[in-house]
Amino acid sequence: MSAAGSHSMNGAYGPVKRKEDGRFIRGKGTFVDDIQLPGMLHGAILRSPLAHARIVSIDTTAAEAHPKVRAVISGQTLADRKLAWMPTLSQDVQAVLATDKVRFQGQEVAFIVAEDRYSARDALELINVEYEPLPVVIDAKKALDPGAPVIRDDLAGKHDNHIFDWAAGDRVATDAVFAAADVVVTQDMLYPRSHPAPLETCGTVADMDAVTGKLTIWSTTQAPHAHRTLYALVAGLPEHKIRIVSPDIGGGFGNKVAIYPGYLCAVVGSIVTGRPVKWVEDRSENLMSTSFARDYHMHGEIAATRDGRILGLRAMVLADHGAFNGSAQPTKFPAGFFHIFTGSYDLQAAYCEVTGVYTNKAPGGVAYACSFRVTEAVYLVERLVDVLALELGVDPADLRMNNLLRPEQFPYTTPTGWEYDSGDYPRTLQVALDIAGYADLRREQAEKRERGELMGIGISFFTEGVGAGPRKHMDILGLGMADGADLRVHPTGKAVLGISVQTQGQGHETTFAQIVAQELGMSPDDIEVVHGDTDRTPFGLGTYGSRSTPVSGAAAAVVARKVRERARIVAAAMLEASAGDLEWDNGKWQVRGDPEQGKTIAEIAMAAHSSLELPEGVEGHLSAETVYNPPSLTHPYGAYICVADVDAGTGQVSLRRFIAVDDCGVRINPMIVEGQVHGGLADGVGMALMQVIAFDEDGNCLGGSFMDYLLPTSMECPSWELGETVTPCPHHPIGAKGVGESATVGSPPAVVNAVVDALKPYGVRHADMPLTPANVWCAIQGHPQRTDLAIT
Amino acid sequence: MQITVTVNDSDYTREVEARLLLIHFLRDELRLTGSHWGCDTSNCGACVVWLDDTPVKSCTVLAAMADGRRVFTVEGLERDGALDPVQQGFAECHGLQCGFCTPGMMLTSRWLLNHNPHPSATQIREALSGQICRCTGYENIVRSVLWASKHPAAGPAPADDQDTGPADGVST
Repeated sequence: MSAAGSHSMNGAYGPVKRKEDGRFIRGKGTFVDDIQLPGMLHGAILRSPLAHARIVSIDTTAAEAHPKVRAVISGQTLADRKLAWMPTLSQDVQAVLATDKVRFQGQEVAFIVAEDRYSARDALELINVEYEPLPVVIDAKKALDPGAPVIRDDLAGKHDNHIFDWAAGDRVATDAVFAAADVVVTQDMLYPRSHPAPLETCGTVADMDAVTGKLTIWSTTQAPHAHRTLYALVAGLPEHKIRIVSPDIGGGFGNKVAIYPGYLCAVVGSIVTGRPVKWVEDRSENLMSTSFARDYHMHGEIAATRDGRILGLRAMVLADHGAFNGSAQPTKFPAGFFHIFTGSYDLQAAYCEVTGVYTNKAPGGVAYACSFRVTEAVYLVERLVDVLALELGVDPADLRMNNLLRPEQFPYTTPTGWEYDSGDYPRTLQVALDIAGYADLRREQAEKRERGELMGIGISFFTEGVGAGPRKHMDILGLGMADGADLRVHPTGKAVLGISVQTQGQGHETTFAQIVAQELGMSPDDIEVVHGDTDRTPFGLGTYGSRSTPVSGAAAAVVARKVRERARIVAAAMLEASAGDLEWDNGKWQVRGDPEQGKTIAEIAMAAHSSLELPEGVEGHLSAETVYNPPSLTHPYGAYICVADVDAGTGQVSLRRFIAVDDCGVRINPMIVEGQVHGGLADGVGMALMQVIAFDEDGNCLGGSFMDYLLPTSMECPSWELGETVTPCPHHPIGAKGVGESATVGSPPAVVNAVVDALKPYGVRHADMPLTPANVWCAIQGHPQRTDLAIT
Repeated sequence: MQITVTVNDSDYTREVEARLLLIHFLRDELRLTGSHWGCDTSNCGACVVWLDDTPVKSCTVLAAMADGRRVFTVEGLERDGALDPVQQGFAECHGLQCGFCTPGMMLTSRWLLNHNPHPSATQIREALSGQICRCTGYENIVRSVLWASKHPAAGPAPADDQDTGPADGVST
């Protein structure tokens, strides 16, 4: 039997071209809005024009009379089915369709089901809602003021807008470190509200088969299995009668983790009409109502010795969670992983407090490749280190190099309890400095300053914790964060791998085939990866928080090794040898020292399906399944350097260079890793320079379209310069760490540090994102403004 | 109203509402779902197709405006089983991740190469500046187009892998 492909065993890891691309370059992908079922109806949502108002009445009579309307669903329709409210991922509830009040502009009020998408929109105009406007809470800093309007009066006994207080670290020890320090520097900073804005908006096609009772939901979800369980819990539907299909997804970035009201409305629409119902939101709906990101008002303090030894960190954070606490993170951690804010440095003590508040804004909070708030944490510490460097009059690269954790300190437990797995931080920073030609850049900067030109060099060094997570610490709504995998090798040696995570562009169909290929001596071409369909894949929590490779990738390696061990027993029978005498070498099981008679997985698979008398310990066929419970998080890290030029007359920032050196452990497919980094860098540049979801004093969203919410194009992004170091993760089966969010986490502080560095001649110490020309100009003038509010 | 549109060399006659957008005509009426809808405001370019010989954002073109005219979509890029070099370039250089912006990016790239067979990276960035990609950070898209400019005769048919030669005649 041919062992074609097995020779590529040692090359299974590498820049393999993506299997996915064949369909996408031909326009043959299948996204949710591409699905068209016989008899399918279209849904549209009526949304609140006001940020806070009591609903006096809703009149749907005229809409119901529209000749193409098949159903009008209001909050009352849902309340009759006990579906007007649904649980969020943070132990709160969220209105599916408003019954009492609207609490943010764009909130869902009614749902129309019609014969076509244009008629559904037409009929929205025929619904008459009478609102009684209420005072709004838009500024998070005023949410806890005495007398502030109470947003969540639906919650029994709720008389304020407070959600949670949360703290980490040793307060007393930190206070003592600060009291004894030579230097203490403080800085307030805002990580403004932004939105992931995947190019494909959220949508669903719901099809309830009235005869079988089977509900099929094609949906833009990053977590199909978790969604299925939630639908079962929320709607009371039997879980085995629910099938979630997450087809090709046009980008997720955390925007497609939550269950949105539109999904549930489409389900109810299908139940009510007996026909499939499609709902796809438009761009404004996506930006104004679905999971936002950040919105952290941070006060940071850093303590150090006069000669530049960083001693401690303190942070007080006000977290704006919007009208419903719909942020997504492991239950124990209401502020996500923010307490990783000690970053990459060797500190004596650290302490942080986070207070969450309600405001009249869309819910969400954990989205946009933020690694559960590591983004905000890294921004805080990396800005503080630069502010400290300015205060001490030292080079920020030197300050970092002198305070980074040393390789011999790993595994390292941080003052807030994280155990970093592995790293050689100084080496990674040095690689970045070398690529940048740092000394030359500083010389150039000095010359330009002489001429009055503004050039800045910004550095950031980040450490993430990704791959949630260990089940004793982490769950989402009570669901442990494990992922399953099953692997079947067909008689002719071709294999099918089922995984629980979902891809929104990360290339799982390629990478996961490479993982199995590497373990079994096969060609990745011979392994089909099945994902995104709950009827065809094992349970698991899905793709977010850079967890696919750390958790599901580990599951793929483990299940392949199980198959390999089963194959060993079969091979022993084939070779009439003892399994203990076999060795796995060059893609074959062979009797030690006898490669000539070695058996490939393909040969063994055929034998396992044949009439070969089965040895003890195997049942025939060749397959295995596993559930991977990560023992810990993986901790990717990196050093980024940004070079920016600023026009003093206009405040315009141009990014000339961006150097990114990432260490994500073993790289399965370096081409895909680099692509992930490229995309994250663009995200970071966008957040640093352009993107903000701001509001006016009435609670009107000022980022409700791509004409207002500016995303980086090919013109704002420089040509990225990447480097790498490889420090394998010691507890991951193949030594890999997650990388999907690294660049989004690491790049914003590099950009801001570069711009602030450029503005040094003006005495600027800090400026909040986004660093638009107007905001930079205000900083130059010495009059920085709130970037999140248009309130005068 | 009745319109006849020539899409990828085939004529389609349909009764449509006057307000129907070209993107919905292509996607919902003709079931050519390779062109995507992303923003409604002509900002993202996921819906780019050619109207006659010019890239347009089909979310802001009425189907009626295409009556009697030619439309060229991603489904027309592959000819007789041979991929357009732009398609090959995107696959070779990892110029796509989720694939949602890709059809629009490729159609603008093909237009660019027809008018400027050997563009610089800066010229490619300028040509694509009206389109948004959320995944790739653009670098590999630029590389993809550069690849296509260097492989004008590439294809699954016997490939002439020369880096020089005329670029015209490779598509449409």
